[in-house]
Amino acid sequence: MTRVAFTLNGAPVEVDVPGSRRLLDVLREDLGLTGAKEGCGEGECGACSVLVDGAVVDSCLVAVAQVRGATVLTVEGLGRGGRALESPDPLDRLDPLQVAFLEHGGAQCGICTPGMLIAARAYLDAGGGPDPDAIREAIAGNLCRCTGYTKIVEAIAQAADVAGGVGR
Amino acid sequence: MPPVVEPPLESPATLAEAFALLAENAGEAAPDPAASGAVTSGPWRPLAGGTDLYVQMTGELGPPPARLLDLWGLDELRGIRLDGGDLVLGALTTYTEIRRSPLVREHVPALAEAAATIGAAQIQNRGTIGGNAVNASPAGDTLPVLLATDAVLVAGGSRGERPIPAGAFWPAYRTTALAPDELLLAIRIPLAAREVRFRKVGTRRAQAISKVVLALAWRGGPAGASVPSGPWSDVRVALGSVAPTPIRAAGAEAVLEGAAPTPETADRAAEALAAELRPIDDVRSTADYRRTVAARVLHRLIREAGGW
Repeated sequence: MTRVAFTLNGAPVEVDVPGSRRLLDVLREDLGLTGAKEGCGEGECGACSVLVDGAVVDSCLVAVAQVRGATVLTVEGLGRGGRALESPDPLDRLDPLQVAFLEHGGAQCGICTPGMLIAARAYLDAGGGPDPDAIREAIAGNLCRCTGYTKIVEAIAQAADVAGGVGR
Repeated sequence: MPPVVEPPLESPATLAEAFALLAENAGEAAPDPAASGAVTSGPWRPLAGGTDLYVQMTGELGPPPARLLDLWGLDELRGIRLDGGDLVLGALTTYTEIRRSPLVREHVPALAEAAATIGAAQIQNRGTIGGNAVNASPAGDTLPVLLATDAVLVAGGSRGERPIPAGAFWPAYRTTALAPDELLLAIRIPLAAREVRFRKVGTRRAQAISKVVLALAWRGGPAGASVPSGPWSDVRVALGSVAPTPIRAAGAEAVLEGAAPTPETADRAAEALAAELRPIDDVRSTADYRRTVAARVLHRLIREAGGW
């Protein structure tokens, strides 16, 4: 067992697990955050995408020992904090990307959605704009078998337009 | 899906500590698969970004690693710099860092192009050029660029450092020239004022393993000029996914050496390449397709260079 401390969705966490355990398994099994999904388990589908120090990664390919001291963001950590949390309207508490996915029908079965949102968040945080080609490249590592991607790309473009993509 | 194994893992804080652990590999026998209980010994397997190695943790692609030597914290193995006429990339340099590096884009833009074709953002943020070399896949997309630029791979361990030319680094299928107690530390690309071109053919633009990958390098007139440039020298034609290892194509190189990039030269070089390649049929493509496409890609790169 190895003690690994890191920052998860803004709060410090510590786990005692084998250092080679996949970050995905630590999130889902040890910490109970089931937003990141296991699709393929081999870095093809992006359903397990999370941000590590702001960079989008497949959490199925990361040893938890490798996030020691890092900042990890999962889909559970998206959304607005602060005063928005007191709003009576739940939509106010969501990340603008989540709102845009709702408005455009960017989610159907939902398996790819947490990973899509995270990859899109990395894209917007890096200053990405509404250009569809750039958005398609940014989510090229995330497979969706329902939407045909069009509505997802439209949703991300809308979020990029709104407030210059600044969300969480 | 078979259970994911969780082998012992150490994260050395310094390169010296990593070398000391790796020294245990000298004379280490492979673990006995019949032994009961958890595997607690066996060779240390260096772990960089995990984009290839962690795919093997289910054991579906052969035995998973017995013990993992996590290199991710070793900043000594990071960074891109110029040194003595070489572009030097630390083994842990990620594809994202390569794509963004002004030094790479200025001196070896073909390497940045190759990095951009690998996986997508998730893979490029974790996958490293050292991992690409040590994984030793015949389809490793940066490897033809390393062959075409006469790159030197710097190995190191407790016994010291030694340079290994790219042409000698992959002696056989999925095998490297590294000793069991050596790590790949850095890759040195000589700035030889060569033009380098890169092309990858896969099923789609992202997340595809190559059917054919080709790098072409030469010294000579400027590329893309409106008239065919003068004769080429120091020509390198390097390919992936068409042989058990990344290879250079001696026949095509012989045609191109000393020749100008004319239509006639391109025809002869493409013919020579098609004649010398011995690709195989597998899940990703066929031998015929690979041979035909490799020849076409080479022809097109010569045409683009010749400006006709």
